[in-house]
Amino acid sequence: MKHTIKELEDIASQIRRDIVRMVHGCQSGHPGGSLGCADFFTALYFEVLNHKKEFSMDGVGEDLFFLSNGHISPVWYSTLAHAGYFDKSELATFRKLNSRLQGHPTTHEHLPGIRIASGSLGQGMSVAIGAALTKRLNGDNSYVFTLHGDGELQEGQNWEAAMFAPFHEMDRLICSVDYNGQQIDGPTKKVLSLDSLQAKFEAFGWHVINTDGNDMQSIVEGLHYAKTLTGKGKPILNLMSTQMGAGVDYMMGSHKWHGTAPNDEQLALALAQLPETLGDY
Amino acid sequence: MKKYTYTEKKDTRSGFGAGLHEAGQKNENVVALCADLVGSLKMEAFIKEFPERFTQVGIAEANMIGIAAGMTIGGKIPFTGTFANFSTGRVYDQIRQSVAYSNKNVKICASHAGLTLGEDGATHQILEDIGLMKMLPGMVVINPCDYNQTKAATLAIAEYEGPVYLRFGRPVIPVFTDPDQKFEIGKAWMVNEGTDVTIIATGHMVWKAIEAGEKLAELGIDAEIINIHTIKPLDDEAILKSVKKTGCVVTCEEHNKFGGLGESVARLLTTELPTPQEFVATNDTFGESGTPDQLMAKYGLDAVNIVEAVQKVIGRKK
Repeated sequence: MKHTIKELEDIASQIRRDIVRMVHGCQSGHPGGSLGCADFFTALYFEVLNHKKEFSMDGVGEDLFFLSNGHISPVWYSTLAHAGYFDKSELATFRKLNSRLQGHPTTHEHLPGIRIASGSLGQGMSVAIGAALTKRLNGDNSYVFTLHGDGELQEGQNWEAAMFAPFHEMDRLICSVDYNGQQIDGPTKKVLSLDSLQAKFEAFGWHVINTDGNDMQSIVEGLHYAKTLTGKGKPILNLMSTQMGAGVDYMMGSHKWHGTAPNDEQLALALAQLPETLGDY
Repeated sequence: MKKYTYTEKKDTRSGFGAGLHEAGQKNENVVALCADLVGSLKMEAFIKEFPERFTQVGIAEANMIGIAAGMTIGGKIPFTGTFANFSTGRVYDQIRQSVAYSNKNVKICASHAGLTLGEDGATHQILEDIGLMKMLPGMVVINPCDYNQTKAATLAIAEYEGPVYLRFGRPVIPVFTDPDQKFEIGKAWMVNEGTDVTIIATGHMVWKAIEAGEKLAELGIDAEIINIHTIKPLDDEAILKSVKKTGCVVTCEEHNKFGGLGESVARLLTTELPTPQEFVATNDTFGESGTPDQLMAKYGLDAVNIVEAVQKVIGRKK
């Protein structure tokens, strides 16, 4: 371990503070999913991902990460800033004119850390497979990680990719699902049930693991374990239970905070629950 | 009228296949993907020599475009192959977000474009693809006119950094361009110098324009014929220079007149040099089953239609 669990939890707390402040600052964006995935991003970037400090688009000899559900950009931007890709002061420009921190992640403004645009859902797994194929051709044994929303799996392209990856034995591909059971119009069970994602992915030929995405120990161990599963010819799916809005009590467990910004009073309530650990931007 | 002859007929898709194979030999980063149409896209030679650099994606075009975009990360130059319909309309959002907006070095190579796909009918005969692709910021759009030009274009786009849409077709047509030509993206080719009218043609319509030029010469009309193989970026300079001389223009394409080459030329002329223009193109319609020749005749894409359009547009000159 590069960090203790307590140190990682402290980083996640700061990232959560950044998320609510960023979304409040522009009065738009998606706090719910961002908060729910703060622990995953912390574990990934500060513990699991073998990445270089200096960003290069080609990412040769390092692990890559692709965010498929691009709307949770606040958590990624904050994580990238604290991981050293750019100065955290830039987080104040989120969703504002002339910013590199677009509403949804993009390479267009050349923000370090981002290798593909996402936002229109369902495209990230295919892109990650492509990057992993190139690594295979180049003899680069690094890993490729992704994150997907659970509602996002209603998009058909995911299942084209899900069929492809096991057939081509993409066993350095580790995909995580933000399994919070919520989407814009309500619970996934009511909008379009995903039924058993575990059974679906296993039927497609994936090795499925289950983690608690809001328990730092569980997510760190799960991602490390996922890395040990390579060599068996199966891509790995991390079915990661999370709470939308995790860390802010009034936002938790409801689709209401999928894409709504807190007002001044709600911001103060949220920040009171999230200790400032690394310094606000 | 300059004399053009040919000794053989070949399909432009075979020019793509030959170009892809040679591009693969020249650059080890060239990789190819196909969505279950290897034979139709003439990719066999590349696959035979470089099996590890070819990915069969199956009937999953959206996944293919995404994988191609991802493969550029790490330095590969992916060429995707399927029919034009499935290369564009079916995967527009994947191209828009993962390729164009992300500025990925993907070459979208599309066969069986237009009516000349023939008997399969309208579900497969896309006549809107040039419009779809040219509207994407940063996308280069190329529609070569014969086997040799398609091969040269395929080699040229492998060396160009950025997203490209390469459109070609199914039927065998005359091979009349130089086998050793150097293809310059965005540079018009002067097919015939003339003074009375500018005929601007792309793809399969270039040979039809040559046939029309010969008929016009018999009628005493001296046609300038320009091949625009690169619809975007458009060679503004070549078009304006010609139209200044001739004072009228006919555009010819195997595509809907809404959104095609003709509209690109009209946009240029209306802002720089307002000029009478006629369109030889399909008129906001779907195609149907038939032989390529029958379809080109029925939908007004023959030499005779170009001749009529020229006579009409000359009559509109002031």
